[in-house]
Amino acid sequence: MSETTERPPGALQLLFNGIVSENPVFRLALSLCPAVAVTTTVANGFILGVAVLAVQVLSSLTVAIARGVIHPRVRIPVYTIIIAVWVSAIDMTLAAFTPSLYAQVGLYIKLIVAFAIIISRLEVFASRQPLVPSFWDAVGMGLGFMIALMVIGALREVLGSGSFFGIVLFKTKPLLFFALPAGGFFSIALLMAFFNALERKLTGGTAKPAAGGHHG
Amino acid sequence: MSETHPTFVLSPGPHLHTEESTSKIMWWVNGSLAPAALWGVFVFGINAAFVILASIAGAVLTEFVSQKALGRRPTLMDGSAVCTGLLLALTVNPNLPAWQAFLGSMFAIGLGKMIFGGLGFNLFNPALLGRAFLMATFPLNMTSGWATPRPWFGVPLDAVTTATPLAVLKEQGFEAAVKLVSSPVGLWNALALGFRPGSIGEVSLLLVAIGGAALLARRIITLAIPLSVLAGVALSTLHTGVPMLHLMSGGFWIGAFYMATDYVTSPSTTRAQIAFGLMIGLLTGMIRVYGGYPEGICYAILIANAMAPALDLWFRPKRTAIAGSPS
Repeated sequence: MSETTERPPGALQLLFNGIVSENPVFRLALSLCPAVAVTTTVANGFILGVAVLAVQVLSSLTVAIARGVIHPRVRIPVYTIIIAVWVSAIDMTLAAFTPSLYAQVGLYIKLIVAFAIIISRLEVFASRQPLVPSFWDAVGMGLGFMIALMVIGALREVLGSGSFFGIVLFKTKPLLFFALPAGGFFSIALLMAFFNALERKLTGGTAKPAAGGHHG
Repeated sequence: MSETHPTFVLSPGPHLHTEESTSKIMWWVNGSLAPAALWGVFVFGINAAFVILASIAGAVLTEFVSQKALGRRPTLMDGSAVCTGLLLALTVNPNLPAWQAFLGSMFAIGLGKMIFGGLGFNLFNPALLGRAFLMATFPLNMTSGWATPRPWFGVPLDAVTTATPLAVLKEQGFEAAVKLVSSPVGLWNALALGFRPGSIGEVSLLLVAIGGAALLARRIITLAIPLSVLAGVALSTLHTGVPMLHLMSGGFWIGAFYMATDYVTSPSTTRAQIAFGLMIGLLTGMIRVYGGYPEGICYAILIANAMAPALDLWFRPKRTAIAGSPS
């Protein structure tokens, strides 16, 4: 985020940024741990993606509104508390309305508090931008995360379990490997390589390779 | 490694030149594996041949396609892809469907070697990565339904499948393993000659040892790694009371002579190689005795591969140049 305070980018640009050019999983390599853990099926990826989208938007809005009164020295604890509040709310909502899916991904819903992508968007965007751009940035990032989880989930569910969104495609399980955790890492790496190659082709070889991410 | 783009400056001659080259070494390795492979086909029947051919075809095709796709010069004739395919085939169940072996060697070359940059850049032994992939993907075909060996000469193969000696040793104990192996040629004969259930290339210790000896005689490999792997396995299985059965079974000889000694994925100084071999041996014994699998050499070598660069750093050769002299 080089253009911080000058002129905030438009909504479409922010959405494109979050979904494609700075996709949290494929480009920023953030929150890879849940991306491996829950993506054995498309449905799991979808529900976690929805939860992250909701938490990201609500936390970004809260921080964008409250950024004037958050003292810079204590901003990280404050962000964490804000995220924790929204995660608790989403957690209870999902547990109440989708108990069967919640049983499978409930642990990871609680872990959203620690997802690197959310706090990093608060730190690099919502704390420096007005309300409206922060909203679009959060929507873009949340959608980018959700789409990434669903793409990974689709690859792993089709190859590993022979089904798509729970619909059985093949009677047998074609490549069990992809349903295992090791296959999750390979799927993400292959998709990341694919998106890097795609972007290089689209931008004529000028794009930087995916930024080396950190934990989360 | 390409001759057309020298990356270092040559000083004026005269120069010593060696006849050795990558492709020559690789074809020697392949050739020394051939007796064990042919013996596997003889003992287990025609499906073993299909597995070997499919595995080699998968490796060669994947290497060719990825080199074409990346615009690199195809290096099929250097024999390294054939070597990976052959090694992978020798470590799997002779009853494995051939298409699964094909897929395994595609994984081995594609994601084990080419994605790192090709020959010389891979961190892990490609053939063993292929095997680990097959273990994860087709666990049933990889660990059960082993072909029964041809019983001595003459009598044709029957369709009964069985378990490997190590699996029986793990689940039912020493007596049962001996009983499985020793008919009709005697325990040690069966282990040495290969009339026992097992992977295609591992069954005849004699032929694997002859191949290994050929490589040793050609100085393609040294004894440091194989001997320390052997010592490691002996040390870690001594307390079970049957170290000989552990030493004379499993794909562990192929692992010790052919896979642990892979130049690319093993350390290069002798002391580091000894540490590397001991680590493989100890891990193998630990996995076999305490772990979930009857055979541990595959994962032991893969784990040690990850340690190889660190071992090279820890066991650096002493500098012999005088301090301060230009280097």
